[in-house]
Amino acid sequence: MSKVVAGLKYSAEHEWVAVDGDGPVGIGISAVAADALGDIVYVDLPEVGSTVTAGETCGEVESTKSVSDLYSPVTGEVTEINDAVVSDPALINNEPYGAGWLFKVATTEEGPLMSAEEYAATNGGEL
Amino acid sequence: MSENYTALYEQHKKAGASFTDFGGWQMPLKYESELAEHHAVRKTAGLFDLSHMGEVWVTGPDAAAFLDYALVGKLSAVAVGKAKYSLICNADGGIIDDLISYRRPTPEEGVDKYLVIPNAGNAKVVAAELLERAAGFDVVVEDSSAETSLIAVQGPNAEAILLTLVPAEQHALVTELKYYAAVEVSVNGQDLLLARTGYTGEDGFEIYVPNIDAAGLWEALLEVGEGHGLIPAGLAARDSLRLEAGMPLYGNELSRHVNAYAAGLGPVVSLAKESNFIGRDALTAIKAAGVGSTLGQKLVGLKGAGRRAARAHYSVLKDGSLIGEVTSGQPSPTLGYPIALAYVDVEHSEPGTIVDVDLRGKAEPFEVVGLPFYKRVK
Repeated sequence: MSKVVAGLKYSAEHEWVAVDGDGPVGIGISAVAADALGDIVYVDLPEVGSTVTAGETCGEVESTKSVSDLYSPVTGEVTEINDAVVSDPALINNEPYGAGWLFKVATTEEGPLMSAEEYAATNGGEL
Repeated sequence: MSENYTALYEQHKKAGASFTDFGGWQMPLKYESELAEHHAVRKTAGLFDLSHMGEVWVTGPDAAAFLDYALVGKLSAVAVGKAKYSLICNADGGIIDDLISYRRPTPEEGVDKYLVIPNAGNAKVVAAELLERAAGFDVVVEDSSAETSLIAVQGPNAEAILLTLVPAEQHALVTELKYYAAVEVSVNGQDLLLARTGYTGEDGFEIYVPNIDAAGLWEALLEVGEGHGLIPAGLAARDSLRLEAGMPLYGNELSRHVNAYAAGLGPVVSLAKESNFIGRDALTAIKAAGVGSTLGQKLVGLKGAGRRAARAHYSVLKDGSLIGEVTSGQPSPTLGYPIALAYVDVEHSEPGTIVDVDLRGKAEPFEVVGLPFYKRVK
């Protein structure tokens, strides 16, 4: 079963959000989503300095088998993107909660987010 | 639709496969990584469960004449031991299925025997259609799909792997077996039908085995294949491999609404054979009208200029106007760029033509290229 990491918050669209004090939040996709997509070969991320809106698409993740929109789980300005996953998208499959993070946002508002327990229970993940 | 399970379902589950419905069958989509499975077939070897495919035996004094009538190819011209790719068509020329037929030896003089392999989702329809078309011919049509499993070993190491399960005195039967030919050999201590065929663009074999013996053969192959880089491979890898090899998939490129000439399968249709066959009149007219060359649409290969892939059902555009539709597409694991098959208006089908594909609202350039996308170095 796909892993769900405790301590992170999760959106219904399978993004995770790592809140670190008052700084920008880190965002990635859950192992549930990465496993369902299969081997990811291309990722399109929002630009640094652009504004993303909770619940709206801000990029896409493409695997050999399918393509999926990336929904921002929060509203705010993008402060940083992970260049490593752009050049090596397999990082998202291998370490979805670590080296496979996608972008950071200086959040003004959070969308509806779940706890790890709630997300795991509703999406068949393993905590 | 009912859910069917192959005799190898437990093996797949144990290996951690994720499953997908294909033609009414629960089949392994992938085990760990479909990319690793794809690369294994290109570089070492992959093991596939293809038990969802159908097996229909056609036997009798009229077997050859009957298949000449029921299919578009000249099956009577196939030598014993060889195989032929063909189509079964409707009277209007629409494709009911694409299939491989193996001509097998028989002990009786004057009796011919063929093994016809339809696709999973079409197996019952093809068997029924053959039965119906058999009226007036001295043949027996027997659908043995339910009792028969099919295991494929594909990739450059396939022959070496297989030889470890074949007695030394029969090795030459395997090493000298030509592409699109089949032979009975002892595999893992059992006489089985072994064909040098596949759907991956690599060298490889397909082995027909009774359901009851399938798990034993599967496990034996995995065991002896371990040192040769053999891993089980699912339908995701099978799809990306066949697409790179430019091979059509029924349901994507082929259907009852498509004819052989548009699909680039004109050479498969034998208008030259003397006997009548179902679809002849329609296909003669379709060819004479120039469908697939000067009229209508044609199946072409597309190569993406960027990194985003075209997918099935995406629109193909030229100067903003709709000129066709993608039937299969994805990033090519071997080539590293997006590839696709698409039906486009014949006037835009020349290799080198630049067209656009509507990738979810954004037009991206693709180049029409010749098929296959990938060809192995022999």
